[in-house]
Amino acid sequence: MSEIAISVNNLSKKYGDITAINNLSFEINKGELFGFIGPDGAGKTTLFRILCTLLLPDTGSASLCSFDAVKDYKKIRNIIGYMPGKFSLYQDLSVEENLSFFATIFGTTLEENYDLIRDIYIQIEPFKTRQAGKLSGGMKQKLALCCAMIHKPEVLVLDEPTTGVDAVSRKEFWEMLRKLKESGITIIVSTPYMDEASLCDRVALIQGGNIMSTDTPENIISQFDTALYAVKTHSMYQMMLDLKDWNQTETAYLFGQYMHLTIKDKDNNTIEAYLKSKSHKDIEIKQITPNIEDAFMRLMSK
Amino acid sequence: MRTIFYILQKEFTQIFRNKSMLPIMFVMPIVQLLVLSFAATFEMKNIKIHIVDMDKTPQSRAMISKFKGSKFYSIINYADAYKIAENDLKTNKADVILQIPQYFERDLMKEDKASVQLTINAINGSAAGLINAYTFSIIKDFNSNILMDNYGQKIEMPIQINSSFWYNPQLDYKTYMVPGILVLLVTIIGLFLSAMNVVREKEIGTIEQINVTPIHKYQFIAGKLIPFWFIAMFELAFGLLIAKLIFTLPVLGNVGIVFTVAAVYILAVLGIGLLISTITNTQQQAMFIAWFFMVVFLLMSGLFTPIESMPNWAQQINIINPIAYFIKVIRMVLLKGSGFSDILPEFFSLVVYAFAVLTLAVRLYKKRN
Repeated sequence: MSEIAISVNNLSKKYGDITAINNLSFEINKGELFGFIGPDGAGKTTLFRILCTLLLPDTGSASLCSFDAVKDYKKIRNIIGYMPGKFSLYQDLSVEENLSFFATIFGTTLEENYDLIRDIYIQIEPFKTRQAGKLSGGMKQKLALCCAMIHKPEVLVLDEPTTGVDAVSRKEFWEMLRKLKESGITIIVSTPYMDEASLCDRVALIQGGNIMSTDTPENIISQFDTALYAVKTHSMYQMMLDLKDWNQTETAYLFGQYMHLTIKDKDNNTIEAYLKSKSHKDIEIKQITPNIEDAFMRLMSK
Repeated sequence: MRTIFYILQKEFTQIFRNKSMLPIMFVMPIVQLLVLSFAATFEMKNIKIHIVDMDKTPQSRAMISKFKGSKFYSIINYADAYKIAENDLKTNKADVILQIPQYFERDLMKEDKASVQLTINAINGSAAGLINAYTFSIIKDFNSNILMDNYGQKIEMPIQINSSFWYNPQLDYKTYMVPGILVLLVTIIGLFLSAMNVVREKEIGTIEQINVTPIHKYQFIAGKLIPFWFIAMFELAFGLLIAKLIFTLPVLGNVGIVFTVAAVYILAVLGIGLLISTITNTQQQAMFIAWFFMVVFLLMSGLFTPIESMPNWAQQINIINPIAYFIKVIRMVLLKGSGFSDILPEFFSLVVYAFAVLTLAVRLYKKRN
């Protein structure tokens, strides 16, 4: 078993009557790229803010590199890089000024750790005199990542780094994370996009403040224990309503042009029969292998 | 120490990159000093007087000519009936009505005694008081003329009052106002810039990024404080220069004392601003709270109305009013030439004040919650 980078035990936080996170426990290994996947309001940001020592938990404990998040918060602040979900660099400072400011307050310089961020920084270097507020969304994310990395942190905490970023930039961003991981940094990242889960070493599905499942993406898919069908007819909307009414339906949700469907019955002929009885035309039904999103949808509906 | 230097570097870059900053720094003092000093005057000129002369005798005309001759009055109308004049008072065409009753001259001659009636619009109480005082002095003057005419020689009153106005011999209103307006200027700059600053970082979210760094609270606060301290000190110097050049403000005392006290005073004001900034979450909240304190402190500071005439409880409140201390000091030093030993109580009060507010601001600024 490899070294533990982050360990969380029975962590809870409430805001008034609302439970943001409920009795969470998990461990993350050193050098792991760990993803928290869940819808908005699942408690991802609360969890990350506690790990970053910005928020005090109500109960439970969390430790990063064996430093306690409450007691040793000063030490933790030296070894983590945090990228909040909302862009929070100085918009009126240039790319270069932002970077060197964050470098200097950590007692380092841009030159000293240039190797670490070089791959990312060269992409925004042509704009280094531009004010951060005038960068595009994807470039802002790259700059924020550079600033979070500039002091060579041992743990990188990224809160929804790809939200609101275009598909190409998202893909690039994940490639950068995979590269960073190779240099031994532990990375935890949260995202509402389920398709990004397959890019992590391990993922935790978080919903309503609870972790539903923690495993590798492959294992989560292999837990999918029933047949999955992709269904299409001439009237998708009507079909959706009909399938939701059907007593055989387990899960049914739109996925691209098809509806993904699991049923209680093992026999897929019943689907066609049911849809015909509802006078659907051009019925197309095929069994497909589930992907990570299907696995999550199934876990979340349980 | 080096960290503070880097924070300062960042703050100054941001301040001077802000395009509205330079106009605020240079235009505001000029406009405030020029407009407020000339416009906010307690002297009354062009008092609009409506005269109702029901006597129409040489004596009544002599009295009216006294008002005609005064530079403070402009006679807007004469009427025979009080009703007409009253209407002018109601429609704001007149500030005051002087009614000379019938038989004014006869009573004066035969009974050595007559009365006139003065009706003053007292919507603005202090203006009404001034009108009353001016009118009183004109009538007093008129009285002594009558006495001279009647007895053929100048009659001396048994007790003579010889007033001399120390520290402001001409009773020049600007001499009194300009030092106070300098304080107002420094206070606005210090209070608002600091109150809006930390909360702005909260609003934009940059405070999150700062809070996860190993920056100490005092370093962060110092980084916020020092730039504004320099700006406010610069404003004071700039304002004093304008006051000296344009208003030929008398500077009797040592300007060094003013700056020494200002150095501490600005710390106190910045402390209040930072305190507001740390306990609020939006710039709007900070703005309202800063305005609230600004207005209360300013109106109670003695800038416009003397503290001595306030009720006792109000004077007690002024113990926590930094503006009152500094206005007192700056007037004493500039107009009276007071030395450092004379203003020591105010100086120490401000030192304690600054220390307390800054400690509170650092304490209340939380890097985590």
